[in-house]
Amino acid sequence: MNRFEYIRPATVADAIAALNEPAARALAGGTNLVDLMKYDVAQPSRLVDINRLPLKSIEITSGGALRIGALVTNTDLAWHQDVREKWPILSSAILAGASPQLRNAATAGGNLMQRTRCYYFYDPSTACNKRQPGSGCSAIGGVNRIHAILGASDSCIAVHPSDMCVAMVALDASVEVEGPEGKRSIPMSGFHRLPGGEPERDNTLKVGELITSIIIPEPDFGAHHTYLKIRDRLSYAFALISVAAALRVDEGVIQDARIALGGVAHKPWRDFDAEKSLKGERVGTQSFTQVADFILRDAKGQGDNDFKIELARRAIVRALEQAAAGTPQDQADKSLH
Amino acid sequence: MNQIPQIPISLTINGTLHELKVEPWVTLLDLLRERLLLTGTKKGCDQGQCGACTVLVDGKRVNSCLALAVSRDGAEITTIEGLAQNGELHPLQVAFIERDAFQCGYCTPGQICSAAGLLAEGHTRSRAEIREHMSGNLCRCGAYTNIADAVEDVLMPRIAAKEAAE
Repeated sequence: MNRFEYIRPATVADAIAALNEPAARALAGGTNLVDLMKYDVAQPSRLVDINRLPLKSIEITSGGALRIGALVTNTDLAWHQDVREKWPILSSAILAGASPQLRNAATAGGNLMQRTRCYYFYDPSTACNKRQPGSGCSAIGGVNRIHAILGASDSCIAVHPSDMCVAMVALDASVEVEGPEGKRSIPMSGFHRLPGGEPERDNTLKVGELITSIIIPEPDFGAHHTYLKIRDRLSYAFALISVAAALRVDEGVIQDARIALGGVAHKPWRDFDAEKSLKGERVGTQSFTQVADFILRDAKGQGDNDFKIELARRAIVRALEQAAAGTPQDQADKSLH
Repeated sequence: MNQIPQIPISLTINGTLHELKVEPWVTLLDLLRERLLLTGTKKGCDQGQCGACTVLVDGKRVNSCLALAVSRDGAEITTIEGLAQNGELHPLQVAFIERDAFQCGYCTPGQICSAAGLLAEGHTRSRAEIREHMSGNLCRCGAYTNIADAVEDVLMPRIAAKEAAE
C-alpha cells in the first residue's frame, strides 16, 4: 500500500475542500478502495475519511420518495422496513450482492463509486487501459469469460459489478452530489458511463465532488418485480448476468416496464426503447422473448463470454415471467421458478 | 512524506480500552494480530473474499482486513478471544465442537464470529438462510454441512424461545 495523507473532516464542506485534488479519494466502508490499494491499483495521495459526516439517514421525503444518505450501509438499507415494503427490488438486489460482512461495511455512495473492473485491472503486471491509460487491454483476446457483451469499446470490456446500482437504475434513482461548484443532481442512468476511449473514467463525477444522497421515487409495481442474478456460485459471486425487472400490468396488458441488466456492460444497462416497445403488449413468453432479442440486438461476445448473450436472453425472459407472475426471486432461494 | 504519521485512536477490544497510535495504512486485522497479539483472528486472503478475518465491530460482523484501523476510531471490537464469558465457551463454540464443524480450523474463528453476527442480526430463520447468510465465510476443508448444523443448533432454539415469548 502506498503512503498517503489521512484527513477526517467533520463537515461536508471540509470534505469537499480536502477532495479537491485529482489523486485524493473519499474513504467510506473501504471495501473496494482498500482492496485496490493493497494491490497498488489505487494509489491515492490523500484519503478523506468521510465516516464522520452526517450522511447516514434513510428518510421518506414529503413527496414519498426514498432519500438514502451516502453513508447508509448496504445492510441497513436492504433491511429497512420501508425499503422492504415499498422498494423491495432494491432490497433484493442489495442482498444478492457481496457477503453480509461486506454489506455491513459497504455504503450506498461507495457502492456507486466501486470501480468498474476485471481481473486484469487488478493485476499490475498486465496491460490495462483503465489502470494505465494507453497500455492496452489484456482482456480483449485474453481470458474474458466475465466480460461485457454490450457497450464495450476497443479499449475496455470490463463490467460494473454492482447489484444495487442495477436496481437503482431500474427505479429511476438520482444521485445528489456536492462539489466546489455547488450541488447538482445526476440521473442514475447517466451516473456511470461507457468506456469509449477513456476507460479510466467509470462515472461522471467531477474532481472534488462528493455523493451526499441518492433519491428514488416510490414505484407502483406492487408484487410485479424481481431481481434475478445468475452467477458461477450460488452465493457471494459477481453476476454473470443479473436482471432487475418490474412491470405494471392491467388485465394482462403491460402498462409500464422496467428492465435493467448487470454484468453485461461498463455500467448498469437500461434500454428505454426496449421498455417502450413492451407497452401495450400482452404479458407472455412471446413478448418477453421479443424484448430480450431487442435489448441484445447489438450484443457482441469476446470469445469466452459468448455464452452470456444467450444466458442474458434467457435471464431477461425468466425475470419478466417472475415479475408478471408476482413471484420475485428470494435471494436465499437458489431454485429458479 | 518524510515523517511517518501516527494517528491516535482508541478501541475497546473484548471489553478492554486501548489507546493506540497507528499509521493510517494499518488494517484492523494487522493491528489485532501484530500489535495486540490477538492472533485468533486469521489472515486468509487479505482481500475480503474468504471471511477468515471476520470480527464484530460495534456488534456487526465485518472483514477486518479491509478496515483501516484509523477509520474505526472509537469502536468496540469483539474477536474470537472475546466470545467466551466467565470461562464459559460461547454457545456457538460449543456447537462447533459438538458438530465437528471444522477440519484444519483456520477459518473457524471467522466462521464463529460471523455466526455470532448472524444471531444478533435476527434476519435468519431457515437452513437455506443460514447457508446464504454464512456465504461470506469460505471453508477450504469443506466443513460446510457441519458448520450449518452448528449454527442451526444455536439459532433454532432461540427463534422458538422468541416466538414463545411473543
